[in-house]
Formats: sequence, C-alpha cells, structure tokens
Amino acid sequence: MVTFDDGVALVPPIAIAVPIVVACVLLAVGRRLPRMVVDATAFACAAGEVGMLAVLLERAAHGRVVTWSGHWNPKNGYSVGIVLVSDALGAGIALLAAALVVLALVYSWRYFDDVDAHYHCLVLLFLAGMVGFALTGDLFDMFVFFELMGAAAYALTGFKIEDRTAVQGALNFGVVNSLGAYIALMGVGLLYARVGNLTLPQLGEALAHHKPDALLVAAFVAVMTGLLVKAAMTPFHFWLADAHAVAPTPICVLFSGVMVPLGIYGAFRVYWVVFSRVFPVGDIRRAFVVMGVMTALVGAVMCLAQRHFKRLLAYSTIAHVGLFLVAAGCLSDSGTAGAALYIAGHAGVKCALFLLAGTMLNRYGSVDEIDLFGRAVDAKIMRWLFLVSGLALAGIPPFGTGLGKAVSEEAASHVGYVWAPVLFVAVSAATGAAVLRATGRVYFGLGEPPPERLSHRGTSGSEEEPEVKGLLGRVRLTMLVPILVLLGGSLALGLLPGAHAAAEHAASAFTDPSAYAKEALTGREVVGTPPVHVGNWTMAGVLLDLLSAGLAVGGAALALYGARVARLTRIAGRGLPALQGLRRVHSGLVTDYVAWLMTGVVVLGGLVGLPLR
Amino acid sequence: MTYYAYLVAVFVLLTGVFGIVRSRNLIHTVVCLSVAQSGTYVLLLAIGYQRGVSPPVFGSPPVKPTTSVTDPLVQALTLTDIVVSATVTALLLAIAVQVHKRHGTVDPNELVALEG
Repeated sequence: MVTFDDGVALVPPIAIAVPIVVACVLLAVGRRLPRMVVDATAFACAAGEVGMLAVLLERAAHGRVVTWSGHWNPKNGYSVGIVLVSDALGAGIALLAAALVVLALVYSWRYFDDVDAHYHCLVLLFLAGMVGFALTGDLFDMFVFFELMGAAAYALTGFKIEDRTAVQGALNFGVVNSLGAYIALMGVGLLYARVGNLTLPQLGEALAHHKPDALLVAAFVAVMTGLLVKAAMTPFHFWLADAHAVAPTPICVLFSGVMVPLGIYGAFRVYWVVFSRVFPVGDIRRAFVVMGVMTALVGAVMCLAQRHFKRLLAYSTIAHVGLFLVAAGCLSDSGTAGAALYIAGHAGVKCALFLLAGTMLNRYGSVDEIDLFGRAVDAKIMRWLFLVSGLALAGIPPFGTGLGKAVSEEAASHVGYVWAPVLFVAVSAATGAAVLRATGRVYFGLGEPPPERLSHRGTSGSEEEPEVKGLLGRVRLTMLVPILVLLGGSLALGLLPGAHAAAEHAASAFTDPSAYAKEALTGREVVGTPPVHVGNWTMAGVLLDLLSAGLAVGGAALALYGARVARLTRIAGRGLPALQGLRRVHSGLVTDYVAWLMTGVVVLGGLVGLPLR
Repeated sequence: MTYYAYLVAVFVLLTGVFGIVRSRNLIHTVVCLSVAQSGTYVLLLAIGYQRGVSPPVFGSPPVKPTTSVTDPLVQALTLTDIVVSATVTALLLAIAVQVHKRHGTVDPNELVALEG
C-alpha cells in the first residue's frame, strides 16, 4: 500500500536537503576547521546518504515512494503541488551517485593536499543535485536540479584554476550544458502551455490520448536536447572530453560514473512517463538507436586515437553512452534492464580506471601514454589492476559490464536489430583495446618505442598538473581501497544471482507510465508484473563477452606491434585523413560546439518530426 | 491567440545562439548565453499572460478570489530561471577572467589547449 504520509516518504526530501545544509555549514565554518574535520563531516554526510537511499531503494523496489511536498496531496487526481516519485531505478541511480561520492571523498582525503572546505561543499551540492534529479517527479524541478548539478560541476571542473586546460574545459562544459538546459526549459514551457501542469504524472495523463502535433514535437525535441546534452550524445558530446580530461580525478569519477548516465536516465524517464503514449514507438526507437549508434562509433574511434589517458577514458564513456542509448532506445523492458545493468557495471569499471589514471598522474606527473612509455614497469599492483579494468571495460565475464552488455545485446536483437551484437562487441572491444594499449605501453613497456612524429598531435597528457605536492613515492591506501571497492562492485553485480531479475523487475515499473501516474496521483498501489526469475548469464552472452575481451587484447596487440606489418600501416594510412577530419571537428572551441548543438537539435527534430507527416 | 510573443521568444533564443557561434570575445559569449536565456523568460511570461486581467495579487480588496489573473506559476518559474541565470553567468564570467589570465586572450577561437 502506497500512502502519501508513509514514514519512508520523508526520506527523499531529507536526502536532497541534508547535503545542501551540510554544504552550507561547511562553507560558513569550514575555513576555521582543520582539514580532517572537514573531510570527516563530508564523508559522514555522504555515507548517511548511502544509508538513507539504500532504505529508499529497498522500499521503492516494492512500489513507488511518493512524496507531495508540504502535503499538497492531489484531490481527484489533480494537484498543484510538487512531487517526488522514487521508483527502483530512480532510487538506484541516486544510491549509485551517493556511493561514488563516498569513494571520491575517500580518494580525495589524502589526494588533494591543499583544498579548502569549498571543494567538499561543491561535491555535496553536486550530490544534492544528482539525488534531486533522480528522484523528482516534476519537470521544472528536473531543470532546477539539472542546473544545480551543472553549476557545481562547472566549478569542480575548473577547480585546478591555475591549469590552462582546466579553465578552458570548464568554460566549454558550462556554456554548452547551460544552453542545453535553456533549450530544455523552452520545451518545459511549451508543455506547460499545452497542459497547464508540470508534474510528470499529470503531464503524462493529460497527453495520453493526444495526437502528436508540431507543438509536442518541438517540446519533446527541446526537452530531450537538454537531457541528452548531459548524456553527451553525438553531436552534443564535445564538452565531455574537454571536461573529463581536465577535472580533478575524483570528480571525473562522478562525471563518468553517474552524471552522464543521469542524462540518459532523465531522457528516458521523461520519454516513458510523458511522451510514450503520444508518439509512435517505432519512430522514437529509430531516433534513439540512430543517435546511439553514431555516438558509439564516434566515441570508439576517438577513444582509439587518444594518447591523453583521461581523455581516452572520456571518449570511452561517450562510446558506452552510445551503447546505453541503443539499449534503452529499444524501448522494451529488457532493453531498459540491460541499460541499467550496463550503467551500473560500467560505473564501477570506469570509475576504477579514472582513479587508476589519478594514481598514474600523481606518481609519474603525466597521463600521456607516449611520454610515459615504459616508465611504470616497476608498479607491481597497479599494472594488474589496469589490465583487469581494461578487460572488464571490454566486458569480460563475470563483470557487471559483461552482464549489462549481454542483456542489452539480447534485447536489441529481440526488437529486430540483429546487427546489435556486432556493434556492442566492436565498440566495447575498441574501448578495452585502447585502455590495454595504454597499459601495455606505460606499465609493461610493450611494443616499440613510439615514433617521434606522433608526439605533437592532439592533446597530450603531459601538461596535466599533479594533484599532490611533489610526486608520490607509492600509492596510498586511501587511493587503493576505492579502486578495489569499485572493481569489486562491478564484479559483484555480475555474480549476484538475482541481479538480472531485479533489473527486469525495476525496468518493467520504469516503463509503465499509467502505473506511475496512478500511484503518484492516487496513492493506491498498482500491482505490477511479478518478478521474473531469469538467470544472469546465457551461453550466447558469455561467448560474445569473451569475444569482445579477446578482440580487445588482439586490438591492443595490433596497436602495439602493428607497425611492423607493412600492409596494416598502409591501411591505416588510407584511413588517416578521415580520422584527422574527425579529430579536427573536436576543436576545443566553444563556438563550434554550440553550432554542433544546434545541428543536433535539427537532426533530432527531423528524426522525430518527419515520420509524422 | 497571438503567436507574436512566442516568435519573439524563439528569435531571442536563436539570436543568443548565433551570438555565441560568432563570438570573438568570451565576455560576449557569456552575455550571449544570457541573451539566449532571456528567450525563455519571454516564453514563460507569454504563456501565463492574458490580455486585460489583473496581476496575481489577492491581498487588496478590489481583487476577489474569483477574478481572472495572469498565471503566477510561470512568473515564479521565471524568477527561478533568473536566479539560475545569475549563478551560471557569474560563474562563467569568473572562469572567463581566469581564461584570460592563463591563456592571455579572451578570443574563444584562440584557445588551443584542448583539441582532437
């Protein structure tokens, strides 16, 4: 039974408010406190969030937790209040955000030697924005939390304010994301003009029997643009590589692990609750899948072309976002479940890789795989962690990435995209190969010493400022533990017997707009589909995962030793102008990025609007 | 029903975007972003506006609870929007100052620290 005045309904607003309050307190008195107290306060706050959100997730798995703020409960299905609706996927991604913040704070503990309390303050505000965005059931609040997490994120990106790349990255990030948010706000306004309401359930109900017209197409495209800018869909993705490459390492963890997936989450939340009964499923599926494939391919190619290790990881995130878009864009329960598992598994592995990149930066003073060639062969533990993470990124079983990939492949084939396994295998293998290539060069000294002519192309990683005073002699325990926890988490996701079944159950609630509206507006629980008992792994999934891992190793070997094979160089030589063109498009100039953003709006509008004519 | 205000809103947004794309100065870029955002103010206010009705203030005697008023909700949204805008603009201007210090230029097309 869902009631509005249930005790657990207090959890979502408290979970949003607590980090904001603690952040304000830290901002006011943090300067006078010793660093240790500031660290401990921020840590305690984030750990408390994890506890609260875990309770919420447990409850939300059995039915949505609905909170009408200030008891403005709906009467006869109508309310002018503001609502928070937590279902399993919403509470789950909020929990992921809180858990990653805890790990990022632990990692920052001994990592930044000279930060004031405003670092912790910004991280907690960022957390509040993410939790609010995940739990809100109100379209305008989505915009507000979007901007709250945006503003905190821009400031954190430019945190190393003496670093010339950091300020440029923060500027690109800020301008592109804010513009996306304003375009989304236009869409929010249009929807309000049509319906006279802003809560997702009431919007969905009002539009349920509406014919798609020009206004709804414009509103849909505008809202999606804002959310997909955050999700870094091509051609909105340019800011991501710049921001990730320059942000402090613990912040990259939050960006890649949860902020970018939150964009996907928001887009599909709005699609399912508000628009799924308006547009023909086939058109929207085509739009998401086309954009997803493009994103995945651009990300994979650019990932292979990087030498700056954090930038390489950033492009790998773009590639994976493309895969998430394809999976969730199938607009089926299993596709959504696949995307959710993939996002969770990917968060563990990608965050571990970013933290590993941080240890690389602070031991060797650079994240450039060419400069660091063979420099780290003495690192005994790190090299193996890099190796395992690279394989896990390609999706080797039994990591959560492999599970998510297998479920997604199956879901995509099921709705008729028989080529989907090829895409998933190729793209995940490419990102894995890029990581393994860098690992091979830096940590194992494999391959030939890189030729000189390569060394002045693209962004190099040697300008990156270390985040500690002096370089570290060895990796500290507070850095090692979060890496192990993250990899362990991704592994546990793949091994936990009920993971797939739970994701399917959560996804079937996520994709049910009328149950969402009914529970939010009446407080009466809707009996959903009972949980299905599906095993985690299928034979086909395991084989495809092993294939990607194998291809990743093969690809890395080819990149390291391929130059010896003359024929391959010729092929590479022929492909080079196209690659150069693609690299030049990623110009680092905010003016270009905004032009691309508008192009993307037009493309998206065409994909959604033209089939309706 | 008139579409004029809606067209103005879209026009202002696109003007801001055009300004960013053609910008040669970061301060100009950030202000153009604010211009683009002004389009959203116009849109929101236009949605709530009705010709010939009073403002949504019910305190004074001549306004009865049944009187038609303009929609207060969109006005609240606009205020929130302005607060967001102030925050973001201030932050971006601060970053622009820092860009000038580190890169020695405010021309967005001369920032070459990141590419490819």
